[in-house]
Amino acid sequence: MYKVNTAEEAVRRIPDGAVLMIGGFVGIGTPQDLVDELVRQGKKDLTLIANDTARPNVGVGKLIDAGLVKKAIVSHIGTNPVTQKQMIGGAIEVELVPQGTLAERVRAGGSGLGGVLTPTGVGTDAAIGKETIEINGIPYLLETALKADFALIKARSADYSGNLRYSLTSRNFNPLMAMAAEIVIAEPDEIVPVGCIEPDAVVTPHVLVDLLIAKGATL
Amino acid sequence: MNEKEIIARRVAQELKSGTLVNLGIGLPTMVASYLPAGLDVSFQSENGIIGMSALPDPGLAGSNLTDAGGTPAGALPGACAFDSAMSFALVRGGHLDVTVLGGLQVDEEGHLANWMVPGKIVPGMGGAMDLVSGAKRVIVAMTHTAKGEPKILRKCTLPLTSVRRVDLVVTEMAVIQPTEEGLVLLETAPGVTVDQVVAASEAKLLMPKVPGVMGIAA
Repeated sequence: MYKVNTAEEAVRRIPDGAVLMIGGFVGIGTPQDLVDELVRQGKKDLTLIANDTARPNVGVGKLIDAGLVKKAIVSHIGTNPVTQKQMIGGAIEVELVPQGTLAERVRAGGSGLGGVLTPTGVGTDAAIGKETIEINGIPYLLETALKADFALIKARSADYSGNLRYSLTSRNFNPLMAMAAEIVIAEPDEIVPVGCIEPDAVVTPHVLVDLLIAKGATL
Repeated sequence: MNEKEIIARRVAQELKSGTLVNLGIGLPTMVASYLPAGLDVSFQSENGIIGMSALPDPGLAGSNLTDAGGTPAGALPGACAFDSAMSFALVRGGHLDVTVLGGLQVDEEGHLANWMVPGKIVPGMGGAMDLVSGAKRVIVAMTHTAKGEPKILRKCTLPLTSVRRVDLVVTEMAVIQPTEEGLVLLETAPGVTVDQVVAASEAKLLMPKVPGVMGIAA
């Protein structure tokens, strides 16, 4: 199956109101071309699942700037005053999730699990509305799995079948999100022939990836 | 020496060779600059690396490696990178020896509040709740007061980061150890009296022994 596409064509598949997981940590490891294309095509009423909302005009912060996000499920908005302003003004709903819990909720979503039990947040505001379950005398919060319609992934390299490898701290949520969405669109820095990424170096197996974005591709 | 440097220097003395340490953004990051010579500590950054170093020489910084604040960083030989699930498995799973975090308030039960001020700033908890719940040892590095108001309180008024009791609080005035009985004043900074520390704290400070003097030499 030939997976290579342009960012423009790939983003056309995303409808208004879609639930998106987008990799990145304060913009590092975010698929920039896909985010730019979401803004250019004006996809709106999006639900964004990401570690944070980056900064104004950086990474997924561009989606916030453009007013395209209806709800954000993130661990941190402290680096983006625009998100805070929109939240206080009621223009965006923000669900704050502890970072490790967010990672596990995404991992659970991609792994066929209903959720996870974590000690993080017990007895704090993060526990509001959640079930506490005691195991061997230790209280845990029941945190439910997250899934998305689309995952937008940044990778260091892809081969033409869609195997992905990552680089340093731009990996972050990307491999987890690549498991937890119906359609996975990956934007690698380079696409190499099949066989050029050795099996042990593949982090995201090709079967998880639906579309690859080639830089500057015109199809 | 400014107050942040005093705090960072004192916290640095708490770190031991062979341990895995996570430093929070801001003041805690400064701790890495004041490690005693020869100390071999591994630093984790929660965005997915152990073995982060200072920024490499100009031209060698890449766009794929930053600290948890998004600032470009370097990596030492032997560094290892991983995803966010692994990063927080290290934090919660009993693999992280020490976390050093900033604080807005600490109270007599040793509870820390450091992630939001309702109606004012709501940055979100990021990794703080996981770090405080999961690290083997939690050190709070913060100024003793904010605009003259005490931050060491009888009871936190801000939302808590965790109900876990933190292990040590280091300020520019004092070193305080939360215990089951309450907050024990262990040390005062050079030139700071016990009375000054007590006056700058709302919480009751216990002194089972005469407080020592904070060591802040590099």
